[in-house]
Amino acid sequence: MAVEPLLKVRDLKIGATIYPPGERPRDIEIVHGVSFDLEGGKVLGLIGESGAGKSTIGLAAMAYGRGGVEITGGEVHVSGRDILKSGLRDVRKLRGGEVTYVSQSAAASFNPAKKIMEQVTEAAIFQGKFSKQDAEARAVALFAKLGLPDPENIGDRYPHQVSGGQLQRCMTALALCPEPDLVVFDEPTTALDVTTQIEVLAAIKDAIRDTGVAALYITHDLAVVAQVSDHIMVLQQGSMVEYGTTDQIINNPQEEYTQALVSVRSIKHEEKKPGDTPLLKVDHITARYRGTNFDVLKDVNVELHPGQTLAIVGESGSGKSTLARVITGLLPPSDGQITFDGRVLSPDLPTRSLEDLRELQMIYQMADTAMNPRQTVGTIIGRPLEFYFGLKGKDKQTRIQELLDQIELGDGFQDRYPAELSGGQKQRVCIARALAAKPKLIICDEVTSALDPLVADGILKLLLKLQKDEDVSFLFITHDLATVRAIADSIAVMFQGQVVRYGPKSQVLAPPFDDYTDLLLSSVPEMKLGWLEDVLANRKMESAGN
Amino acid sequence: MKNIPISAMIGLFFTALYFLMALFAPLIAPYGMAEVVGDVWEPSSSEFLLGTDSIGRDLLTRLIYGGRTTIFIATMATILSFTLGSILGFFAAVSGGWVDQAISRFVDLIMSIPSLIFALVVLSVMPTTTTILILLMGLLDSTRVYRLARAVAVDITVMDYVEAARLRGEKFAWIIFREILPNALSPLVAEMGLRFIFMVLFISTLSFLGLGVQPPLADWGGIVKENKEGINYGIQAALYPAYAIATLCISINLVADWILNRTTSLKGGRG
Repeated sequence: MAVEPLLKVRDLKIGATIYPPGERPRDIEIVHGVSFDLEGGKVLGLIGESGAGKSTIGLAAMAYGRGGVEITGGEVHVSGRDILKSGLRDVRKLRGGEVTYVSQSAAASFNPAKKIMEQVTEAAIFQGKFSKQDAEARAVALFAKLGLPDPENIGDRYPHQVSGGQLQRCMTALALCPEPDLVVFDEPTTALDVTTQIEVLAAIKDAIRDTGVAALYITHDLAVVAQVSDHIMVLQQGSMVEYGTTDQIINNPQEEYTQALVSVRSIKHEEKKPGDTPLLKVDHITARYRGTNFDVLKDVNVELHPGQTLAIVGESGSGKSTLARVITGLLPPSDGQITFDGRVLSPDLPTRSLEDLRELQMIYQMADTAMNPRQTVGTIIGRPLEFYFGLKGKDKQTRIQELLDQIELGDGFQDRYPAELSGGQKQRVCIARALAAKPKLIICDEVTSALDPLVADGILKLLLKLQKDEDVSFLFITHDLATVRAIADSIAVMFQGQVVRYGPKSQVLAPPFDDYTDLLLSSVPEMKLGWLEDVLANRKMESAGN
Repeated sequence: MKNIPISAMIGLFFTALYFLMALFAPLIAPYGMAEVVGDVWEPSSSEFLLGTDSIGRDLLTRLIYGGRTTIFIATMATILSFTLGSILGFFAAVSGGWVDQAISRFVDLIMSIPSLIFALVVLSVMPTTTTILILLMGLLDSTRVYRLARAVAVDITVMDYVEAARLRGEKFAWIIFREILPNALSPLVAEMGLRFIFMVLFISTLSFLGLGVQPPLADWGGIVKENKEGINYGIQAALYPAYAIATLCISINLVADWILNRTTSLKGGRG
C-alpha cells in the first residue's frame, strides 16, 4: 500500500447561507465535491477567479468555515485522520500546530498593540511545541531565512514599524514557527507592490524548500503560482477544472478555461504617433497635501495627444494617483499649470467651467464605491445626460440604452442596482457613466486592478474599442506593466513623485533601462517556469518598498 | 413582512395601539377631558374603568387625552430635530473645513449644557405653550441628531461616488439629498425611534416638574404629578400613566432594535 498523503481531500462539499434582499435566506453550495492529495513537502497551487472557492477550500484544510460558511460533506484527512470528524479539542491542536495559515493582508491580521515576536511565537508556545526561549530562537532563525533586516531585533518592533512586504514575511515566519506539516498561503503577495511581491515570493519559496513543509498556495495569478508550486489545481465556481503538474498546466493546458487563463493579456495594440497639438499638457506640476511639508509631485511634465493613451506607471506612493487629483482639480498644485484642449485649466475644482468638467471624466479602481448603491444603473448613467445635456424622458432612455449597448451589457440593466451586478459589469457601468458626458479625456485610475484577469482583459478590450469609436484619450494610471503593454501609446514611469522615464511606448520599453524601470519591468511575473530565479540573478536594484 | 421577529411584532402592536388611541381620542374616551364626573380617587368600577383622579375626573379619559398630547408633542419635536439636525449634519460633512468646525463647535457648546437644565431656564422665562415646548425640545435634541448625521455622512462623503458627483459639478442639494441621504437613511431611521422615546421621557419630565404641558390639558407626566399624593394612600392613579410611558418606550425600542438589526446586518439585509 502506498504511503498515506499528508493531506487527503475527498469529495469536499461546502455550503453557505445567503440572504438576498427581500427574500428568505437560502442555502447554496459553493464548493461541489473537490478531491485532491498533497504529499509532505510538496506545494499545491489553487488557482481561480474570485468566487471560485479557492480560499474556502484552503480553510477547509484547517476544518474551518469562515463567515457562516459550513463544510457540508466529504472528508479531509490530515496525516491520516479525518479532521472533519474530530472534536473541537483535536481541531484546536491541529490549527496553529500541524496546519498554519498565512493570510492576504498581514497589516490587517497582526494585532497592532503587540510586538511582532510575541505574535510570531504565540502559536508555537500555546501548542506546547517549544519553550518560549526555543520558540524565540526559532523565530530569529526564520527571520534571517526570510531575509528580514536585523533578524535579532526585528521581533521587538510593533507591526506598524515595518513595511508591508516585511510584515508579510513576518507572517510567514509566524506560520512556520510551530514546525507545521502544512501551511495554507492565502494570496500572500496579492496586496503587495509588484516590486515587493517578487522578493516576498522568493523568500516564501526558499523557506518552503528549506523547512520541507507542504503548502497550499492560493492565488488568482497563474504566473505567481507557477513559480512556487509543484502541482496546480484550477478551480472555477467551486468545481475543479483541471489538475496537473505545474509544467503541464503552464505549457500544455488541456481545458479551455485553463488555456484562457494562460493566454490572458494577449491584446496587441499598435502604438500611435503623437500629433501636433497635445490635448493635455501637464507643465512643471509640483503638489503637496495640505498640512504636510513634503512634495508628493515634483516638477512633473507629460503630454497626452488626442485619441491616444498615456500610461502612468509606478508603485504605490509614487504619486500617480495624486497626479490624477491635480488634473481633476481636487488638489490644486503648488506650482505649474495644466493646459487642456488649448486652454489653461483653473487649478481649483469649484472655479472650473461646466464644459471643462464635462470633457474630463474619471473612472475609479473600485467600481463598488464609485457607484451610489441606492441608485439604479439607469439613474447612474442618466444623471450626466440630464446634467450636461438636459436630456429628459424618452430621449434620455434611448441614450442610456445606446450607452449600455456600447459597453456590451444590452437590455434589462436599467432598473438594476449596483449590488445586482458582477465586478466586471460594475466597471462597465462606470465606463458608461464617464462616456455619457462625451468627454475628450478619461482618467482611468487602476480600473482593472480589482478585477479577475479574464474580466480585466474584457474591460481593456472595451476601452480600446471605445477609443477607436469615440476618439477619446485615456490617462491610464496603473502599477501593472502587462496592462500598459496592452493599451498604451506613451508611458511615464513615476518613482517617488518624479517622472523617471517618459516617451513613446516603444522607446520606454526598450533598453537601455534606468535602474528603476528595469526593476519594475523585471518584477512582472511571467508565465514560465524558473522565471523567479532568472530575475533575481539579473536585477540591478533592490526593491524599493523593501 | 413575513420575517418580523416576535419582539418586533409586540413592539409594533403596542406602538400602533397608542398612536391609534391618540389619533381617535375624542371618539374613544368615555367622558370629556376636563369633565369632573365623580368623587376624588374613586376605585375602578364599571363606570370608571381605571377609577377617577385627584379632582374626580375619569382617569381613563385623562390617559387617552394625555397620550394624545404627549405623542403629538414628541412626534413634532422629533420631526423638527431630525430635519434640522440631519440637514445641518450633512451640510457640515459635505462642506468640511471651517464651516464644519464652526457648526460642530457650536453644537458641542450647546451639548455641554445639560438639556434639562437648559430647558428649565428657557421655560422659566418663556410662556409655556405647546409651540414653545416643541421648538425647545426639537432644537435641543437636534444637536444629538446632528452628531450622528455628521458622523454617518463623513463616512459617505469620502466614497468615490460622492467624489464623482463633485467632479461632475453637482451642487450641494444634489449631493446631500440624492447621494448621501439615501445611504444614511437606515441608521437615521433607527435613531429616530430612540430619539422619539427620549422626547416622550423629556416632555413627561417637564410636565412632572410643572413646566411642561399646563392644566387643564392632560399629558402623562402631568397626570403623574396630579396624582402623586395618592400613592401615599395606596391609590394606583399615578402609576397608570407611568405604565403607559414605560410600555410605549419599550415597544418603540423593540421596533427600533429590529430596524437597526435589519440595516446593520452583515448578511446583506440592507434595504
